[in-house]
Amino acid sequence: MITLADYLVLSAILFCLSVAGIFINRKNVLILLMSIELMLLAVNFNFIAFARYLDDTAGEVFVFFVLTVAAAEAAIGLAILVVLFRNRGTINVTDLDTMKG
Amino acid sequence: MGFEKFLFYLFAAILVFAALRVITVRNPVHAALFLVLAFFNSAVLWLLLEAEFLAIVLVLVYVGAVMVLFLFVVMMLDVNVAPMREGFIHYLPVGIVIGLIMVLEMGLVVGSDFFDADHFAAVAAHPADFSDTKELGGLLYTQYVLPFELAAVILLVAIVAAISLTLRRRPGTKHQAPAQQVLVRSQDRVRLVQVDSEEKQ
Repeated sequence: MITLADYLVLSAILFCLSVAGIFINRKNVLILLMSIELMLLAVNFNFIAFARYLDDTAGEVFVFFVLTVAAAEAAIGLAILVVLFRNRGTINVTDLDTMKG
Repeated sequence: MGFEKFLFYLFAAILVFAALRVITVRNPVHAALFLVLAFFNSAVLWLLLEAEFLAIVLVLVYVGAVMVLFLFVVMMLDVNVAPMREGFIHYLPVGIVIGLIMVLEMGLVVGSDFFDADHFAAVAAHPADFSDTKELGGLLYTQYVLPFELAAVILLVAIVAAISLTLRRRPGTKHQAPAQQVLVRSQDRVRLVQVDSEEKQ
């Protein structure tokens, strides 16, 4: 019998892996975007697990919206990346210091 | 350990492995492909949670659209990977430490008896004729219809933003001007000439 805690621990592991991915791939915007996708996937896992175990479909509706926003975010992020590469010739985060951040 | 539990552990292991490879692999194309593997395994786990519609949407939308977009961009940009890896070893201990701390903390919270997450273990399976799609649709088009419309607007904004960001007008390219074409009047283009008919010789 699979318990709620199993799913929650799995999604916690997934979330922490993506946070660690953001830390160790700080130079590469592409992997950063993929880590954000993984993070949203972990959150969706929590939503679906709770929807199932509390028997409330509203959680699945929220997953639907998260998927929508994540797709929009990926599309705009990749568009920005393409424009960045066209203007600067690089997507290395350390080279993007125009704003002196 | 039942068969269901075995399936859960199998797909969870593959999912964690794929996620680990996404963040450690050298080549971004490989990372994108491992992310596809992670999405497939998540879809299977969502099927185990009886969220069939969302599992299929995950495969169709994520693997079919978003990841293809990712692969398209990765392959279109001629990225030199070497300089991006130079901080990898440097940041690796920080990443591992923070990841482990977060896993331990979250594990303590969700796995402990204090919050009684095992209390929900005995959840009955839905009957065979239960339709997750029907349930979700009923909720989406009644109670959540305004957020649903808002989601549509967000997608429209995303389309417009992506196109307007990447659209490039180079000088010297030839293209039509639809406004000028629509504004044209028949008098500008057509000239009627009165020609008298000639007598037969």
